[in-house]
Amino acid sequence: MTENTRLEATEMNMPAATILARSDLYHMPSTTVRTPDAEPRSAKVIARNVSVFYGPKQALFDVSIDIPEKSVTAFIGPSGCGKSTFLRCLNRMNDTIDGCRVSGQIALDGSDIFAPSLDVVELRARVGMVFQKPNPFPKSIYENVAYGPRIHGLARSKADLDEIVASSLQKASLWNEVKDRLHEPGTGLSGGQQQRLCIARAIAVSPEVILMDEPCSALDPIATARIEELIDELKQNFTIVIVTHSMQQAARVSQRTAFFHLGNLVEEGPTDLIFTSPGEKRTQDYITGRFG
Amino acid sequence: MNTAIIAALLLILLGIAYQTGCSRSRSLTLGGEARLHSRPVYHGALVAIWSLTPALLILALWALFGDTASRAYLLAQLPPETSSLAPADLDGAIRRIRQIESGFGIIGDAQPWENQAAEALREFRILTSAAIIAAAAGTGALALWFARSRISLRLRARNEVERMVSWAMIGCSIVAILTTAGIVASLLVEAIRFFTFVSPIDFFFGTVWNPGFSTTGHGSAGEYGLLPLLWGTLMVATIAILVALPIGLLTAIYLTQYASPRLRGFVKPIIEILAGIPTIVYGFFALVTVGPFLAGLGNLLGLDIRATSALTAGIVMGIMIIPFISSLSDDIIRQVPRAMRDGSLGLGATQSETIKRIILPAALPGIVGAFLLAVSRAIGETMIVVLAAGNSPYLRLNPGEPVSTVTVTIVNQLTGDTDFASPQSLVAFALGLTLFAMTLILNVAALYIVRRYREQYE
Ligand SMILES: Nc1ncnc2c1ncn2[C@@H]1O[C@H](COP(=O)(O)OP(=O)(O)OP(=O)(O)O)[C@@H](O)[C@H]1O
Ligand SMILES: [Mg+2]
Repeated sequence: MTENTRLEATEMNMPAATILARSDLYHMPSTTVRTPDAEPRSAKVIARNVSVFYGPKQALFDVSIDIPEKSVTAFIGPSGCGKSTFLRCLNRMNDTIDGCRVSGQIALDGSDIFAPSLDVVELRARVGMVFQKPNPFPKSIYENVAYGPRIHGLARSKADLDEIVASSLQKASLWNEVKDRLHEPGTGLSGGQQQRLCIARAIAVSPEVILMDEPCSALDPIATARIEELIDELKQNFTIVIVTHSMQQAARVSQRTAFFHLGNLVEEGPTDLIFTSPGEKRTQDYITGRFG
Repeated sequence: MNTAIIAALLLILLGIAYQTGCSRSRSLTLGGEARLHSRPVYHGALVAIWSLTPALLILALWALFGDTASRAYLLAQLPPETSSLAPADLDGAIRRIRQIESGFGIIGDAQPWENQAAEALREFRILTSAAIIAAAAGTGALALWFARSRISLRLRARNEVERMVSWAMIGCSIVAILTTAGIVASLLVEAIRFFTFVSPIDFFFGTVWNPGFSTTGHGSAGEYGLLPLLWGTLMVATIAILVALPIGLLTAIYLTQYASPRLRGFVKPIIEILAGIPTIVYGFFALVTVGPFLAGLGNLLGLDIRATSALTAGIVMGIMIIPFISSLSDDIIRQVPRAMRDGSLGLGATQSETIKRIILPAALPGIVGAFLLAVSRAIGETMIVVLAAGNSPYLRLNPGEPVSTVTVTIVNQLTGDTDFASPQSLVAFALGLTLFAMTLILNVAALYIVRRYREQYE
């Protein structure tokens, strides 16, 4: 056990040994300050020593983290610290960037996502992504949501597809606003509606994990509140990772929080603990707004 | 010599005016907290414009009317016996005198009266040009003084300069528009003259092209049916597009979506070199390489393909258009936001699904625009067809046979001895007008399509 590991957290009601047995995370030599959950969930995504290079420049240094199933994990940290970079590793969107190289291991449900046998297309269907800027396709609202199910052959009939589109839009709490104009272009919606459309589009392929990169950065407080509500509901069925610049948002929606700084994962732990008694000076400084 | 002096004077005037404007306006602020409405450079520019414009106007007037003035002066100098000369001879005499005066291109010995007139002309010329230069400089200086006196803290020099710049730009675009209008008008006038010889119905719907020779007189000798030429044009252009569109488009897709930056940096310039090859060189290539090759291939396959045929010209023209289509489509595909692509890939679409369902539909209007521009380029192309299409204006279905196109026929009708009163030459204008109308329609369609769908992903 490394010195930095804070297993003596008071809230824990599970013996440390049990937690250790569940994950090798706490055996690893690492500078990250870690606090396990009081009731650990099984990890959906396991990342070990992930480093990312853009050309010769290293953007991420040996990040190791477990992302628990059916809960919300928030990534926070100052701009340029590598949150988006790490998020993009999880569904291998970094592959699409010229000159980007990833090392380390990432496993989804225990299987390596970099294994040659793994189909990246299937991975991205299981790990969906909502981008920082709403990016609806220049197609109708219906076609936007139907796009994923179509390419993955999820619907057997037109009625099936209609059903998927309707339920995805409902889950994204957009249905009432657009049910009469499904065949109008998705680009004609407001920014907040577009972002919910993008969430519906991601839900429609029924992924297991949804990655959200600052999904509310372009939205007003009301639209933000709706999306946060939505995230809260989605976590019943999905594992959610969200990047955010808003401490309040991280505190409101997430169960666990990870703090990145200069490409390092500085600290990760239960959200309430990170925000009340962070184990690292840098985390404390960032949360209280002293830098970043 | 004169021109150089004038240009130098204008430049000096410009420099002085600009400096005056700058320093005068700057000096206004020396007192203290006073602030200029516009920065000194604008005052400088304004004074420069003010003082240069009248000088340029005077010079322009002289350029327009100087010739008439000197001619009138010369006529007054000529001895009385020349007044009985016919207008054409009078023109000849004046031309001779001017040649003697300038010392270039004198034929035969000069008569004494001619020398006298030339001497007078020289004096007149020296005097007037001195006067003009003095007048230009004088008004320039006057205008400079006036503009300088206008400078004040509140003078909105920036706005005035901006307004003048925008007028200048309007002027430039009017020049472009007028040129186009002039070309169209001259085509139209000559084409109408042609239609006094041959009825438009015979021209547009005739199926036989056999214009005969212009020496046969002014009657409508020969037949002027457009259809064989139009057919040849369309056939060659279609073959060219069939070659260029798939190759160009797939190249663009490959270069934008699949190729590594290094490969792209290497391949793209090479493709663009294709665009830099003169069309006459493509013509050689068609004539010497592609034609015989196709003929040989036809032999092997048991097809009758001539060395110079619609097929040869079309294929080579297609090769010529490839870079045109590929670099236009490349730019258009590149403009599809990366976020669209990422959105699709992030949903688990493959690269080819993303291209097929997101990128190409988003880029389609632009690609259609590129396609139509390429078609109008193919229709207007001349050199390759002159060399490689066989120049045989008959209606034939087989692309392996020689054809002729509108452009080639224009070249044919206008080379050699031309008499612009005969239908044999005038028909070129009717053909040109047809060609112009075709490409115009295509371009307008392209613009319309591009504009209509442009805001799709904004
Ligand atoms: N495509 C790229 N090419 C080169 N460098 C990149 C690229 N994307 C990100 N980087 C670099 O990697 C580092 C981390 O970037 P990343 O986008 O992950 O930051 P971030 O934490 O998401 O910041 P923000 O909060 O501003 O979105 C930065 O220094 C950035 O300059
Ligand atoms: Mg980011």
